[in-house]
Amino acid sequence: MAKIPIVQDFIVDRDEDKCIHCQVCCRMCSNDAHTYDHETDRVSTDSQKCVGCHFCESFCPTDALTVRRNSSEIRQNASWKQEMLTWIAKQAETGGVLLTGMGCDQPYPIYWDHILLNASQVTNPSIDPLREPMELRTYLGQKPDRIELEDTKGTGGKVRLKTKIGNQLLLQTPILFSAMSYGSISLNACKSLAWAASEFGTFYNTGEGGLHRDLYPYGPNTIVQVASGRFGVHEEYLKAGAAIEIKIGQGAKPGIGGHLPGEKVNEEVSRTRMIPMGSDAISPAPHHDIYSIEDLRQLIYALKEATRYEKPVGVKISAVHNVAPIATGVVRAGADFVSIDGLRGGTGAAPTVIRNNVGIPIELAIAAVDSRLRQEGIRNHASIIAAGGFRTSGDIIKAIALGADAVYIGTSALVALGCHLCQKCYTGKCNWGIATQDPFLTKRLNPNIGARRLVNLLRAWSLEIKEMLGGMGINAVESLRGNREALRGVGLSDTDLHILGIKPAGEAW
Amino acid sequence: MMEEFMKKSRMDFRFSENDAGCANDVSRKTVADKDYRVPSGCGISGIMNEAGERFSGEAVMTSIALMRDRSNGLGGGFAAYGIYPDLASYYAFHLMCETEDARRQAEEYLKLSYTIMHDEPIPSREVKVITRSPILWRYFLKPREEALARNPLLGEEDLIAQTVMHINGQITDALVASSGKNMGIFKGVGYPEDIGEFYRLEEYKGYTWTAHGRFPTNSVAWWGGAHPFGLLDWSVVHNGEISSYGINRRYLQNFGYQCTFFTDTEVITYLVDLLSRKHRLPFEIVAKILAAPFWVDIERMPQEEKEFYQSLRMIYGSALLNGPFGVIVCNTETMLGLNDRLKLRPLVAARAGDFVYVASEESAIREICPQPDRVWMPRAGEPVIGRLRKDIPVADADADRPLASHQGLSAAIQNFDAASQGQSLRAAGQDVQADREVL
Repeated sequence: MAKIPIVQDFIVDRDEDKCIHCQVCCRMCSNDAHTYDHETDRVSTDSQKCVGCHFCESFCPTDALTVRRNSSEIRQNASWKQEMLTWIAKQAETGGVLLTGMGCDQPYPIYWDHILLNASQVTNPSIDPLREPMELRTYLGQKPDRIELEDTKGTGGKVRLKTKIGNQLLLQTPILFSAMSYGSISLNACKSLAWAASEFGTFYNTGEGGLHRDLYPYGPNTIVQVASGRFGVHEEYLKAGAAIEIKIGQGAKPGIGGHLPGEKVNEEVSRTRMIPMGSDAISPAPHHDIYSIEDLRQLIYALKEATRYEKPVGVKISAVHNVAPIATGVVRAGADFVSIDGLRGGTGAAPTVIRNNVGIPIELAIAAVDSRLRQEGIRNHASIIAAGGFRTSGDIIKAIALGADAVYIGTSALVALGCHLCQKCYTGKCNWGIATQDPFLTKRLNPNIGARRLVNLLRAWSLEIKEMLGGMGINAVESLRGNREALRGVGLSDTDLHILGIKPAGEAW
Repeated sequence: MMEEFMKKSRMDFRFSENDAGCANDVSRKTVADKDYRVPSGCGISGIMNEAGERFSGEAVMTSIALMRDRSNGLGGGFAAYGIYPDLASYYAFHLMCETEDARRQAEEYLKLSYTIMHDEPIPSREVKVITRSPILWRYFLKPREEALARNPLLGEEDLIAQTVMHINGQITDALVASSGKNMGIFKGVGYPEDIGEFYRLEEYKGYTWTAHGRFPTNSVAWWGGAHPFGLLDWSVVHNGEISSYGINRRYLQNFGYQCTFFTDTEVITYLVDLLSRKHRLPFEIVAKILAAPFWVDIERMPQEEKEFYQSLRMIYGSALLNGPFGVIVCNTETMLGLNDRLKLRPLVAARAGDFVYVASEESAIREICPQPDRVWMPRAGEPVIGRLRKDIPVADADADRPLASHQGLSAAIQNFDAASQGQSLRAAGQDVQADREVL
């Protein structure tokens, strides 16, 4: 029977004049796209196997290789796009659910690209961050509504606080590294994140992968996650982190659980996750002890009890239609911070159809949640961490102005480590040594260099945020947080503007 | 809901502006300044006699007149304390109304909750340069028992605040300029000295006076939008632009404050009211919230102070006023002069005997007090505080005000402030020692 051809995505051009048959590409490609033939002494390439990660290209000593998009197209039209035809072809072959990695790549509106920032002119001076302090320090956690002072009579006239503030996470910049589990990414990638978070004064998140022995020293900069599979969760783990995050949902795959294929469960992953080697690690879609908000409250307080109320406990939810009331319930259930993961949030593995069709953009979710918490007078009771597709410091500063306390970055952190967004994380064959457990591949990522690149990224983005703040005449990030007057929309509908709570560009105060 | 309402009211006003066509059209309204924020530069001046001796408004008019080029004739105003000694136990409401109908509506509303002990037009005289003015009326009000009993959780001052917000927000063409006891705000469109003359301020005697000359960037100017802004016995005159306005306003909404004027002075007033009256924090601490010290300076403080300031900033981050400002905030007992945390706008202070002076320029002080005992430049974020020594018989309700019971506390703050002084010095060349003494 005739089939729809599955057109290869990429073509690898080899300049035979430049190729010296050194076979570096053959050794480098985990997908076996390049092969060497002893008899002819030639290297040939099967472009069908290429995922477009450009690893061979960047290591070819003579620049003989060029990876480019395949311009050959199946007959497609505005409705039937090539990728859909390809999906059908694959599913007709296999009868399976299509998998993918990374965040949603579909052309939904990206509101960041329709929001513009303000700057000072004449009536208020801009502030030069090179000459004046520019403060990005951020505290995450529950805060009281007001401060109370002790009666000064008993203290000999000294001002003493009656109000005691619960433990907070202190961030030197309002950026954290998203939850990415050991298992889905390599230990070297985890180390890079942990070291960078430690050095810069922020946090990384274990995801559902447990905490590898080597990473315990970085506990003060670690958020440990408790997800539906409870992998790697034990008392020592909970106590090792600075905060605990209960994962209810993930932006890339709201409503479903996780799946780490057994191929990635080697000895170290097995020990860390407390599961047998080679077994699939399947996280259920719901927590089987959370069937409603009151159950969530019990888990929050169980974790607080287990850690003697010394650590903030947060809850991560994906941005779905009802996100604002859900977040309100989560805050009322006692969460110290709420992490919201939007439509474009990344993943190591998710069904393509879920990733591409479920959830809402993080921009709208931040605005809705922040507004709702304020309406209910409980915005102080928890911090909001936004996640899902922050590409530049511009996106981040806009998220803060919409109302987020801080943001999680995942994909952009991995890109800093070398990721080329090939979206094949679930295969475990990551050439860049990130989303793989193959020792031959993981050693490609040097955690010292990785950490340095991540610190560089945090520094660069923090400097840029300072520049933008200064331009607006603001010298502390809390004066921008929720300050939607700093934002204006372009090319947005009245409804979009209403939900975002911002004015259209051109309208003054 | 609230935001929706504001959006609606904004839209309405915007259309009316377009209809008017020309900004200087004399058919325009004189009262309402409810549509959008107008950035403005300004001159401010304040005088307080800490012994409570009352003096005429002439001094402050002379002082602000000297800074004529800091304003552009589109707004001027004064706040005066101690001017109604005979009616001191009643809330003095200064109303500005576009129409007689609006005044009657407001009056009917007032009658629901108050007994009107006395009311009259606010005296004024004709001044050549002031061609149009709204209806200006003052009411001396006593809250009715049943109005207070309606909601036992609300105090008398909350009732007043609600009344003011209702009239400003819901009654078209009527605004409450001031609502405190034994004090009043007199303001309008014009140079401040002309406004003072218009209101015959030289005929009043008060122990605290503040003045404001406005330089708005657009030509739309309403009487209601002039400074000072007032609520209860608070008055605020302000030179600057608050870049954190958006979050300050949203923060206040959490506590039930409706910002209907879209002005910086409004949010400053409400923030001070929230922190000082509702959260019962002394002025010294309020100043440290509005113009918070930098983290680098907090880090260098001794442990206890460090925790104190960390807590302040964590809890009240959204109340931080960011952007350039010099502001004078007054209530019955106090005059607070404060600069932003970088000192991006000018503010000078002086003392002479029982008098405390704060002004945008030193010249404005020397004009009325050529040889003060001391003149100094307060540092960024360092408050200048004048306190009434004599207990002015204003009202019983004020007896338990937080400020009165926190005198010891203020002294304590001075102590630890002084201790951390050496480290927290930012601006060079300023008279720190002199600065300390005034606190």
